[in-house]
Amino acid sequence: MARITLDHLAHAYKANPRTAEDYALKEINHVWSQGGAYALLGPSGCGKTTLLNIISGLVRPTRGRVLFDDLDVTDLSTEARNIAQVFQFPVVYDTMTVRENLAFPLKNRNVPRDRTARRVEEIASLLDLTRVLDRKASNLTADMKQKISLGRGLVRPDVAAILFDEPLTVIDPHLKWQLRSTLKEIHRALDITMIYVTHDQTEALTFADKVVVMHDGAVVQTGTPEELFERPTHTFVGHFIGSPGMNILPCRIEGATAFIGNTMIPLRRAYRTLSDGERIELGIRPEFVQLQPKGTGLPVQVRRIDDIGRARIARVEMSGRPLAASVPDGISIEGNEASLVLDPNHVHIYANGHLVAGEATGGHAA
Amino acid sequence: MTKTLNNKAWFFVLPVFAIVAFSAVLPLMTVVNYSVQDTFGNNQFFWNGIGWFQELLDPSSQLGEQFLSSLMRTLLFSAIILLIQVPLGIVVALSMPREGWTVALCLVLMALPLLIPWNVVGTIWQVFARGDIGLLGWIVNRLGIDYNYTGDPIDAWVTIIVMDVWHWTSLVALLCYAGLKSIPDAYYQAARIDGASRWAVFRTIQLPKMRRVLLIAVLLRFMDSFMIYTEPFVLTGGGPGNATTFLSIDLVKLALGQFDLGKAAAMSLVYNLIILAICWVFYTVMTNVDAERDRVEA
Ligand SMILES: Nc1ncnc2c1ncn2[C@@H]1O[C@H](COP(=O)(O)OP(=O)(O)OP(=O)(O)O)[C@@H](O)[C@H]1O
Ligand SMILES: [Mg+2]
Repeated sequence: MARITLDHLAHAYKANPRTAEDYALKEINHVWSQGGAYALLGPSGCGKTTLLNIISGLVRPTRGRVLFDDLDVTDLSTEARNIAQVFQFPVVYDTMTVRENLAFPLKNRNVPRDRTARRVEEIASLLDLTRVLDRKASNLTADMKQKISLGRGLVRPDVAAILFDEPLTVIDPHLKWQLRSTLKEIHRALDITMIYVTHDQTEALTFADKVVVMHDGAVVQTGTPEELFERPTHTFVGHFIGSPGMNILPCRIEGATAFIGNTMIPLRRAYRTLSDGERIELGIRPEFVQLQPKGTGLPVQVRRIDDIGRARIARVEMSGRPLAASVPDGISIEGNEASLVLDPNHVHIYANGHLVAGEATGGHAA
Repeated sequence: MTKTLNNKAWFFVLPVFAIVAFSAVLPLMTVVNYSVQDTFGNNQFFWNGIGWFQELLDPSSQLGEQFLSSLMRTLLFSAIILLIQVPLGIVVALSMPREGWTVALCLVLMALPLLIPWNVVGTIWQVFARGDIGLLGWIVNRLGIDYNYTGDPIDAWVTIIVMDVWHWTSLVALLCYAGLKSIPDAYYQAARIDGASRWAVFRTIQLPKMRRVLLIAVLLRFMDSFMIYTEPFVLTGGGPGNATTFLSIDLVKLALGQFDLGKAAAMSLVYNLIILAICWVFYTVMTNVDAERDRVEA
């Protein structure tokens, strides 16, 4: 059990990295606090596995340090770090029974036999493996094998952290949901730091107290699921989280007013510090944009209305820019002329992709 | 999956049957034919029934004794070869590089001995191991070890074994290497996370994943070493005395040297059956682990 600190960490697989492009991980400073349930979320190839492997010691970082509490473990081997990791695809030791598989990490660390046996039974019952404990691991289904891999990750009670690298990829959807809750329960019961890698936002948002979003080798935002939803600090986060993602619209700002094409949008805050060369965008989630009948707000053309189950989403065009809006119940739109109402509290302004705070304007300060 | 029945398949299989019939079954039948007859030359044959087989398998007869001792020699030779080449092949495969340009270099170097024809291998070692002009023989003698493979049975055996190890270990190594290459990195990573020792990694990951290729390696090396002929024939001619007269050499002496077609034919058949039987044993024992497991599952 430990707090894990990444200090100026960067990694390149190439031998002599020069440009930023050579780095699979750009510089990262981050603290994973003891006992947290973290999700590491990001698209394929953004460096999630690389980061996990550096924490567990399978990969040595090009630059920077990894600290467990105050101990610098950068040069320690995986074996010496006391950390558990579960991989994307099941790894089982073919010649052993399920019981021997689960006991393997303990046996290698010379844990007394009776304690091992008790711990194995415990983990097996958590993961519903008791029935198959004495079968050979090699002929079980992929689901079962992955549960064994999970079990080997969970079996050591004293680890600094457990790292899960997309552990439920090969698992059946209904079982996936169940296993995720099991992991969550185990986390509550054991107070172990868990880092859960995934590129599926629902998985991340349901598992974690804190989500770390990565993009292109860098951490772009860390926060609770609500924070990521309400206040994305980067357009990538806005776009990546939520379905559909945030509307990102190129705009022009004058004081406390944004112009999208020739549509004028009043803002809650003023943005006077923006310089000319920057790419300025306005972001607002579809949840905070409502479609209304013609003449009650900003004029738009409706292209299509999708029913996505829990809500209806309208695909509209405003001054030639496509965006998504939610359709309140009971609203009916005649033809394709309609208007939009934006919730001004959820309008964010981004410069070169990064959130700009803006300053409170006198008139609305109350 | 549904099976498709397509009679066209027979067109592809029939030529194989025909070739096998001409190249294997027909000659084998001739051998069977000879094995039950006796001849005094002039192409005159007499029915002898199972006479040759009785004599061959009766150790008190001269033929039987000769057969038994060559058989023992050959079995001993194969056993030694397997005991050396299989572990050595595994060790070599484990120490080969896993990536980088050295891989290709290693593979080419290892494949070289496999490409040399048998009789050339025999000749190379015949010269190499000579005490007067051979580099190896000369050095060994200079080191103060009395070594002469043409005079001393032990020296002759050692030479043939070293020669065979040099010639064929890389086959075992290459097969094992292919088996090792098929192990995904995640296994090694998981083993490191689980704190497995080097030995545990070998026992629990590498050896099980190599089992299938090892079966092939053992079968190939057994059959080949059990039928070894050319190299010892070139190197020692079966001597000194009968020290390196393996079954194959014995057989050729009998068939072509003394022209005892009946005895030789009977011997060929028994020889053949022994190889089949031992291969079957190897196969059954080595695949048994799988079978056992399936039975437990069922
Ligand atoms: N062993 C390696 N050698 C060289 N480059 C690598 C290696 N492993 C990963 N990379 C590169 O580093 C980058 C990050 O890879 P990484 O596997 O960490 O991504 P990821 O976020 O885990 O992706 P995924 O969701 O597909 O698992 C990728 O561009 C990848 O091509
Ligand atoms: Mg990955």
